[in-house]
Amino acid sequence: MWLVKLSWKNIWRNKNRSMITIAAIFFAVILSVVASSLQDGIFGNLVKNIVSFYTGYIQVHKKGYWDEQVLDNSFRADRHVTRKILQVKNITAVTPRLESFALISSGDVTKGGLVVGIDPAKENDITLLKQKLVQGRYLSDNDRTVLIAQGLAGRLKLKLNDTVVLIGQGYHGVMAAGKYPIKGIVKFGSPDLNERVLFMPISTAMDLYGADSMATSYILSVRDIAKLQSTAADVQSSLGADYETMTWEQIMPDVRQHIQADTNSMKYIQGILYLLICFGIFGTLLMVMVERKYELGMLIAIGMKKGRLAVLLMLESMFTVITGCVLGILVSIPVVYYLNKYPLRMGGETAKAYEKFGFEAVFPTSIDASNFITQGLIVMGVGLVLSLYPIYKIIRLDPVTAMKR
Amino acid sequence: MQRYMKIVANIDKEPVNKETVIDAHNISKVYNPDTIPVYAVNNVHLHLLKGEFTALVGPSGSGKTTLLNLIGGLDKPDSGNIYINGVDITQLSSGELIDFRLKNIGFVFQSFNLIPVLTAKENVEFIMLLQGAGRSERDDRIKQLFRQIQLEDKLDSRPAQLSGGQQQRVAVARALASKPRFVLADEPTANLDSQSASNLLDIMAKLNKEEDITFLFSTHDQRVIDRARRVVRLVDGKIVSDSAAVATEHA
Ligand SMILES: Nc1ncnc2c1ncn2[C@@H]1O[C@H](COP(=O)(O)OP(=O)(O)OP(=O)(O)O)[C@@H](O)[C@H]1O
Ligand SMILES: [Mg+2]
Repeated sequence: MWLVKLSWKNIWRNKNRSMITIAAIFFAVILSVVASSLQDGIFGNLVKNIVSFYTGYIQVHKKGYWDEQVLDNSFRADRHVTRKILQVKNITAVTPRLESFALISSGDVTKGGLVVGIDPAKENDITLLKQKLVQGRYLSDNDRTVLIAQGLAGRLKLKLNDTVVLIGQGYHGVMAAGKYPIKGIVKFGSPDLNERVLFMPISTAMDLYGADSMATSYILSVRDIAKLQSTAADVQSSLGADYETMTWEQIMPDVRQHIQADTNSMKYIQGILYLLICFGIFGTLLMVMVERKYELGMLIAIGMKKGRLAVLLMLESMFTVITGCVLGILVSIPVVYYLNKYPLRMGGETAKAYEKFGFEAVFPTSIDASNFITQGLIVMGVGLVLSLYPIYKIIRLDPVTAMKR
Repeated sequence: MQRYMKIVANIDKEPVNKETVIDAHNISKVYNPDTIPVYAVNNVHLHLLKGEFTALVGPSGSGKTTLLNLIGGLDKPDSGNIYINGVDITQLSSGELIDFRLKNIGFVFQSFNLIPVLTAKENVEFIMLLQGAGRSERDDRIKQLFRQIQLEDKLDSRPAQLSGGQQQRVAVARALASKPRFVLADEPTANLDSQSASNLLDIMAKLNKEEDITFLFSTHDQRVIDRARRVVRLVDGKIVSDSAAVATEHA
């Protein structure tokens, strides 16, 4: 106990130096907590965007569909396949889609677009389509109605409850044509989707295209994003060679690249931070050891065991490091919460790049408690490992040499 | 000659069978043996009895500090043996030596003896804490020691608030706090003005006389040398004269 008291007193023998060390650790913790919360937040936000974007985490198609996206490359959507997919670990939900291109017309204006047949309830579970509704109501299973994207509606000068005419090629070359009232209008961030997509219940789409019980793709959601690759591989091997399984990263490689570039730069920032912490702590320790060399030699001379002296110095570093870390974590909590509530908004090129993919360039921080704990512990660990240096010096300290002036 | 007579007179008063505290045989310490060897301590014999008050004198570089470090177990001789209380300390490991020093030897250095963040009292208490002494024992001993060094009013002062002489007195108290077999002091008065030096010597002499505490100290100062009851003179690492030897010869 007297050792603890002595170490506490020793910290305050040079107030300025201790304050500088504590402040360095304090700011390092704040910065690294914010950086890592931001990184997590950005990643999480982007992935969430992607899922509700329309691709989902994983898609299953008939083999060859991705290269040639036509109705004839569809497969029979029976329960058997769904069950197989759901049996794969980490898969939480599956929903079928029947997608095809068609001419979409209001009578006066006609445009090419993508008609997507969906299972309304399951689709919403995975891609949160209902949240994109800006007008009208969401689809139900046997509706012979459609949801139209806002941009497309504008081009066609269509309003809620107007009728839209669809003309296209159905399954095996049959003629597909139909008239449907607009039940709701949805808005997508991606200009590409917003200008060309139209949803209807999958049964209605089957009728339209003459593709009874067929689907062009299954959209899958997963529990743990980190296991995306292995989960996709499991699905593939469970379904066999007649199907192709793709992750969102394969479907949208450019988005993936952007996310990776951004996370990498965050990692560099963190690396530099850790280095700064190391230098700061180590510099202080070096100064302490030089300054107190005589005194430490004297303590050994009068009979203080090296082990005890090492404990004393360890306690001093621990007090400093822990004080800095705890203060840093305490202050970073409100900072991170603030940045979660009022997220950073990117401008310029980055913003444009993200908007091209249909994401808002808004980066909220993650308020996951593990970030505070992990970063705090990392800084503390670095500090404590570095405090082993004085112990090494103490073990080698010779009192006669140390006390020579 | 008159001085020797005085010492002889003193020595005559000593009881005959005094216990040996330090017995150094043939000790040598050579620096830079491979390049230009410096015989800092050269084949020295030194025998110290309990209650002696001995000055180690000699010109600068004569080996006083080196000899004190060897006797104090801070440094190891290249040859020879040093028996303290029957234990050959040249055979102890450096870890064992630390413990041995704590239990058997009190140290007073030239300056900066004290831990700056602790008060005078805490500095003295420190060594007893290292020894694991209990609360009441520590309190009693501190009271007694501060009375002996005449600093009862400075218990709670930090070293920086004490004069150099007062700091050295606290250092003496700390050296004694562990109840050592003897106290080694390397030029304890070197940084003190003559008044403080004589004051410190008074206290050391009194402790020696009243408590039979053994002191071995090195010094340059003739006034300090005059206060010693035995004077050992070193030149180039060799003992060239020892008043105890002279005294016994004359006895
Ligand atoms: N670490 C060392 N390496 C080399 N030579 C040393 C070392 N320490 C002491 N010496 C040499 O040993 C000799 C004795 O030194 P020492 O310090 O014991 O003398 P001293 O009598 O205490 O002198 P002073 O009165 O100046 O304190 C000197 O010649 C010194 O240069
Ligand atoms: Mg010396």
